[in-house]
Amino acid sequence: MEKKKKRTILRSVILVVLVAAIVYTVYSSATKDKVEVLKEGAEAPNFELVDLNGETHRLSDYEGQGVFLNFWGTWCEPCKKEMPAMDRQYATYKDQGVHVLAVNIAQSDFEVQNFVDTYGLSFPVVIDKTKSVMTAYNINPLPTTMLISPEGKVEKIITGEMTEKQIASFMESIKPE
Amino acid sequence: MMEKIICVCKHENPVGTKICANCGRPLTEEEQNSKVLDMKYDGSAIRSKTYNKSIVDKIWNFFSSVKVGVSLIIITLVAASIGTIFPQEFYVSAGTELERELYYEKTYGSLGKLYYSLGLADIYSSWWFQVLVGMLGISIIVASLDRGLPLYKSLKNQRVKRHESFMKRQRVIAEGAITEGDSARTLDLIEDKMKNLKYKVRREGNALLAERGRFARSGPYINHVGLIIFLLGVMFRLLPGFYVDEAMWIREGETRAVPGMDGYFLENEKFILETYDNDPTESQKQQGVNVVAKNYQTNVKLYKQSEDAVAGQSDNLELVQDYSIRVNHPLQQEGYSFYQMDFRLNELKEMRFSLTNKETGESLGPVNIDLTNPQKEYVIDDQTKVALLGYYPDFSGFENGEPQTKTPTPNNPAFIFKMITPEKPDGEVSFVAIQQTIEPNGDNAYKMAFQGVETRNMSGLTVHKDRTIPILAIGGFIFLLGVAIGSYWSHRRVWVQQLDDGTIMLAAHTNKNWFTIKKDIDAVTEYAHLPKYVDQLDVEEQNEKEGDNTL
Amino acid sequence: MSLIDISGYLLFIAFIAYLVATLLFGGAIKSKKPDGAVQRAEKWGKVAITVTIIGLLSQLGYFITRWIYTGHAPVSNMFEFTTAFGMFIVGAFILIYFMYRVVVLGFVALPIAILIIAYAAMFPNEVNPLVPSLQSYWLTVHVITAALGQSILAISAVAGLIYLLKDINSKQKSRNRFWLEFILYFVVLVVGFVVSSITFKAMDYEAQFTYVDKEEFESEIVYYMPAVFGMNEYQVLTDDVMEPLVEMPPIINAKKLTTVFWSFIFGTVIYLLIRLITRRRIIEMLQPLVQKVNLPLLDEIGYRSVLIGFPVFSLGALVFAMIWAQEAWGRFWGWDPKEVWALITWLFYAAFLHLRLSKGWEGRKSAWLALVGFAIILFNLIVVNLVIAGLHSYA
Repeated sequence: MEKKKKRTILRSVILVVLVAAIVYTVYSSATKDKVEVLKEGAEAPNFELVDLNGETHRLSDYEGQGVFLNFWGTWCEPCKKEMPAMDRQYATYKDQGVHVLAVNIAQSDFEVQNFVDTYGLSFPVVIDKTKSVMTAYNINPLPTTMLISPEGKVEKIITGEMTEKQIASFMESIKPE
Repeated sequence: MMEKIICVCKHENPVGTKICANCGRPLTEEEQNSKVLDMKYDGSAIRSKTYNKSIVDKIWNFFSSVKVGVSLIIITLVAASIGTIFPQEFYVSAGTELERELYYEKTYGSLGKLYYSLGLADIYSSWWFQVLVGMLGISIIVASLDRGLPLYKSLKNQRVKRHESFMKRQRVIAEGAITEGDSARTLDLIEDKMKNLKYKVRREGNALLAERGRFARSGPYINHVGLIIFLLGVMFRLLPGFYVDEAMWIREGETRAVPGMDGYFLENEKFILETYDNDPTESQKQQGVNVVAKNYQTNVKLYKQSEDAVAGQSDNLELVQDYSIRVNHPLQQEGYSFYQMDFRLNELKEMRFSLTNKETGESLGPVNIDLTNPQKEYVIDDQTKVALLGYYPDFSGFENGEPQTKTPTPNNPAFIFKMITPEKPDGEVSFVAIQQTIEPNGDNAYKMAFQGVETRNMSGLTVHKDRTIPILAIGGFIFLLGVAIGSYWSHRRVWVQQLDDGTIMLAAHTNKNWFTIKKDIDAVTEYAHLPKYVDQLDVEEQNEKEGDNTL
Repeated sequence: MSLIDISGYLLFIAFIAYLVATLLFGGAIKSKKPDGAVQRAEKWGKVAITVTIIGLLSQLGYFITRWIYTGHAPVSNMFEFTTAFGMFIVGAFILIYFMYRVVVLGFVALPIAILIIAYAAMFPNEVNPLVPSLQSYWLTVHVITAALGQSILAISAVAGLIYLLKDINSKQKSRNRFWLEFILYFVVLVVGFVVSSITFKAMDYEAQFTYVDKEEFESEIVYYMPAVFGMNEYQVLTDDVMEPLVEMPPIINAKKLTTVFWSFIFGTVIYLLIRLITRRRIIEMLQPLVQKVNLPLLDEIGYRSVLIGFPVFSLGALVFAMIWAQEAWGRFWGWDPKEVWALITWLFYAAFLHLRLSKGWEGRKSAWLALVGFAIILFNLIVVNLVIAGLHSYA
């Protein structure tokens, strides 16, 4: 009887392990994205880019402050709509420790400068010439906004257009204590 | 106590045993009545058949069954073939689900629509196909454990002397007196000859067992191990960090961060497309192909950031490799490979204009605009310059009087120029797009006359890393090894007994390749003057034929 | 005379040698000697196998001269690959012949090789430059090993066919008899394809059409047989040619369908003529030739061929294929139709081996399975290449 019990246990263990392997495979291939995507709650990858005035911006320099990181392009319709709203909210929040950093994806200085002048944007605009930051943050559709907490964590990822009200509440949420 | 079958020779065999492991007597009624014994797994009990009690045992038995295994193979085979009726969706260049559905409906009609909606267009990634392959994996493992272990034990413990009822029920048998010579020496002669034929010979009193190639029986189990390792490797691909598969489009002259490969940058120096200059052959004509590509090549430079650099820092790059990526010749670096996959030719890079007097046609000078880096102002001399007020790389029309661009790619560039000339020092504004010029006042004296373009190409590369490859390679190697062992070697055994009156009883068995074992026995028969053997299957066939003479 | 001409002559010599050898093998069967292992390989058989070997050497000469001329292994298009497949079948037959010395194998294997080479000759045989993806030594290694594996597996179908010819009662109506006759009818259809192609070629038949393809582009197409089926929205360009009877939707290649149609017509007419003239089924005509064969031995030959061929096929069609795919495209498996059908072939023979080993499917069942396996191999060669387009499609 002892032997029989041992056999049942052994068989159960083998079967459970194998079935678990299949379930894991099916589950993870169904849920897995093609690329490893940056998730909310993760550490925001550090980066360094130069803005239109030649000033260098490094994410880690803003530790202790909230960073409203917006990825955009001059050709993208929603960007054109939300950028002026961001600018207005920036005026309110910049003294409360919230930074706005707009990252353009590999466009020419002329186009970006032209856009900034047209809309009179006051926050720093940097250009990701090699798409390096875009890759590090797995940015796909534009615009995408990352809310980065004073501790350097990705608080929230917003893809698509935001209303001014949303922008205000997002900035509020990453205000340092 | 567990049930046992106790043989006449007092050996205890597990339930399900067909042939006594000790003496070889047939134990089941079926075997006792058959002329030739069923020798698979040497008559040992397949483990799953031994007990069939709890639910665990039932599941186990299900997967242990060869019938189930073969059914799974056939179902997998049929499912795989269904996936080839129409192209799979990853070969269809349609972006969204809706586009794909429309594509299948438009191209293949309602059948295509049904095919897509049943998920058959992505059959190999479907959960049920994966489950099917997984079940096949379980079946391989369970069935091998169930059969391999008892077979191993039974072959390891096999006795030299077998019972007469075992000997007589082998396919190839010989019985009778030796044809010449001294019968006392017969077993020695057999031993000599069999050793000569590379058999291992054991003797026990008046019995002899010659055996060769037992390891061939391990072939199927070895190849199953290989298959399981292979399947495990495929599974590991899903673990994070094991597999990278990214596409990147990169234009000539651009440097781009490599997706999936942190800290590396790739510069496209040049894309080259070469074609053969042969006259179209008949089959080319049949396919409507005029030129055949000879080479797709991207000359690249791979750079690495310094160790402490962060994303976005692309100064101080260190050159790692200068390479020409071609089809079949990927660039390789630290487990990553870059493959030449696709290309797009002739994207606009530079547009050349000349500032021209409309009336006289006189040119004041050229204005060449680098579309990747347009300038605010193009100075011809102190009184003559062109200011760029707006640039729209993919002009798509006006909205509220503002020119719009669809994408950042210069597919249809448009510009707003302000032309400052000695004649018109305040400047004249002109909107210029391909084959379209709009002047706000309609009375400009100057125009930007189009002169020509420079283009550049774009390479489509894929970046791959697959750390499962070594596992797959090991699995594949073990599989091939097992298949070769199981296929190219055979396990041959010859049992001989000399009865008290000096007559010989011989029986032979092989798991495959009877032709060869018969040649061996022919040699022994001649050497040791043994009685002639018979193949009981041939006899059976002849008997059948006799009953069939009416044909 | 250039190398490519020599190459062509050598192939022709090989073709003739195979024809002659087939007749000689026929003679070897007919000679009324008992079927012992030694006597079997007597005079006729020896001459027949010698002629076969001469044929193979000549075809090897074709293969090598063409290789030197084109600069790559001549397995890169439908003509080249199919010809090589025929050559490997002859090679596999010679291998098995020297193991078992059964002459009747030659009487079946050689005609199959001849038909395959004749089929190949219906494709354009000029030299095509290699596209970049094929410029790899893996083309040589992968394709030759895979074709070799398939050829050895094909010998099991040869043994299976002979087994069934002897084993099945041709006088009595049965499903077995029906399907076996059906297989022989299919062989006649292949003859029909060859005859129809040659006939229309001799007539210099050509008809040009424009049509709208499935991507909605206007294209041109030339038929070399009277167009029974027209392409989507076709327009006839050539004067005095037959108007297509039916127009096909864009996903169906009406030209290929027309070829199938004429092969079917010619083949069926030939088959009916055979039936009418001899007043017998083809099985009944062939059965006397195989009366003396030893069924267990044929069964073993069939099984042995699978055992020898399966590892070679696994190596060439799966392992080498994966290595090449990994090198060329960065993924060892892409579910391309040709790949899938190689996997299907492999799975099928795996099932064959399991059924044989564990379920005792020997003899007649095993012979049928061997024929089904060969059908899958031919399906992969013909239908997958010509109908289901993919990375491997040649024509």
